[in-house]
Amino acid sequence: MSEPVVQVNDLVKRYGEVEAVRGIRFEVMPGETFGFLGPNGAGKSTTIKILCTLADPTSGSARVAGYDVVKNRDTVRRNIGLVFQDTTLDNYLTGEQNLRFHADLYGVPKAQFAPRMRQVLEMVGLWDRRQAEVITYSGGMKRRLEIARGLLHAPRVLFLDEPTVGLDPQTRSSIWEYINDLKQREDITIFLTTHYMDEAENCDRIAIIDHGKIVAIDTPEALKASVGKDRVQITTNDDQAAIKELKDRFDLEAAIHEGMVTFNVESGEHFVPRLFAELTATIRSVSVARPSLDDVFMSYTGKTIRDAEATVGDRNRAHVMAFRRR
Amino acid sequence: MAIDTDTGQLTHAIRVSVPERGLKQDLRAVSIVWRRELLRFKADRLRMITSLVQPVLFLFVLGTGLSSLASHGLPAGIDFKTFIYPGVLAMSVLFTAIFAAASIVWDREFGFLREMLVAPVSRSALVIGKCLGGATVATFQGLVILALAGFAHVPYNLGLFLTLIGELLLLAFTLTAFGVMVAARVKQIQAFMAVTQMMVMPLFFLSGALYPLNGLPAWLTVLTRLDPLTYIVSPMRHAVFSHLNMPSLELGLLAPGVTWNGWVVPVGLSLGIVALMGAALLGVAIIQFQRTE
Repeated sequence: MSEPVVQVNDLVKRYGEVEAVRGIRFEVMPGETFGFLGPNGAGKSTTIKILCTLADPTSGSARVAGYDVVKNRDTVRRNIGLVFQDTTLDNYLTGEQNLRFHADLYGVPKAQFAPRMRQVLEMVGLWDRRQAEVITYSGGMKRRLEIARGLLHAPRVLFLDEPTVGLDPQTRSSIWEYINDLKQREDITIFLTTHYMDEAENCDRIAIIDHGKIVAIDTPEALKASVGKDRVQITTNDDQAAIKELKDRFDLEAAIHEGMVTFNVESGEHFVPRLFAELTATIRSVSVARPSLDDVFMSYTGKTIRDAEATVGDRNRAHVMAFRRR
Repeated sequence: MAIDTDTGQLTHAIRVSVPERGLKQDLRAVSIVWRRELLRFKADRLRMITSLVQPVLFLFVLGTGLSSLASHGLPAGIDFKTFIYPGVLAMSVLFTAIFAAASIVWDREFGFLREMLVAPVSRSALVIGKCLGGATVATFQGLVILALAGFAHVPYNLGLFLTLIGELLLLAFTLTAFGVMVAARVKQIQAFMAVTQMMVMPLFFLSGALYPLNGLPAWLTVLTRLDPLTYIVSPMRHAVFSHLNMPSLELGLLAPGVTWNGWVVPVGLSLGIVALMGAALLGVAIIQFQRTE
């Protein structure tokens, strides 16, 4: 029973010169919800592709549901369900036809198809819409249909690659309700990737990945506790002077993140009054936050997840990120 | 499984056991990929109509327009429309078959291809299903032109029709396999359309669909013999004209068959060449889809 359901050993994946995954190792136990957290381009999708047998590792090995992803590709595939970042539905077929197609590809016995289809469609609240063409579905409905389809053949591991990306906040939280609900009903392990910090908190355990390496792996609570300090962000009339003063007078390492002077300090709410009294620069705004996974990410990588994304990829991308921040 | 007495809903997960991969699973995959093509085709009425426009134009407009000019070269009582009818039949299949393969490129763009590629079935099953689907759909399209046979003075004869349908299926399968092979490489729909359009017209014009294969200048003779479509249009024309009750001398003149340096290629070999080509293209397509990253 206590055999890990996902086992990754010194996994490396190179695309030409680029080393997308640089030697990672971890295990996921049955029934866990395991999250891969990191900025775009950190190696999350590459890792998931290898685990789903869509890409071969350059070196190292991975086992899913007890089978090697290279040597027993088909067995692994039968035991996993997949929901990708981009939809993989046939828009011109109905929801039911999409599921039937899947059932035939995965060899779901014909007698089991109808009751199982009803079950998974009811689970995601799409039973009434099964006869409608997928093109008439909203973004959230499509994602739910994909989750239902991923579960149709009763996989042991469900892979969700950025399951809520591109959805509005309300739909995002409803997708999470469905995911948490299915955990109650199905005997299943969930492996997901996300770059939303708040979503990572839904996981039992999280691996933080940056530049192709795992920098931390633990429960969300333990990770937050390891940071300990509160995060304070201020804007002033002279940020550079403020940073220097924080260093000289308070012995605090501050840096500009997301356009604000940012630093970590214990019991921030008590520190702020001192700051107002002693800092020479004029303070325009202050915010104090309890440690979140964002801070965890920052404490392990030295940057916020959004900063990390801005350094990934080409300059164009950096421009887009900068633009978004305004 | 248990059923909740209040809501009537299933409360326990239905036990689903997915079998080991085997021939039976692969056949099921071939069948569903095939059926999806038919479903998609049925839903796409516009495509059915638009792909008929070109063959109908060739048969009725070009066929009628050129008939007075062409009648001098044809035996008395033989319409030019009858002469080009087999070629137009082939043409009706040509476009639909290539377009069926284009759906792979669409599927890639819309992500659905991935759903197929991660399934625990062999890639050959997927490619074969796709080619069979394309072949069936294209042959359906050909049936519409076949129904118009009377307008081209081609008799409604069961034997003839069965022969023509068989030949259309073979042609459609080979063309879809060609399209799938291109689709494995070409990732954008615009590029796919450009590549196939560039191929389709030369294939059609060099096939002898619109003119007899004998008495051509040497360069054109060589080019027509290199065009795979030639080897299907010629047997089709032979089938049509041998059902017209004409003297064998005239038959030999109108449908002389493909000649290699004066040697007449038998119908069986001619069809065999197309079949072999279809199998080879299918093989290449399968190999191309077998690769992982």
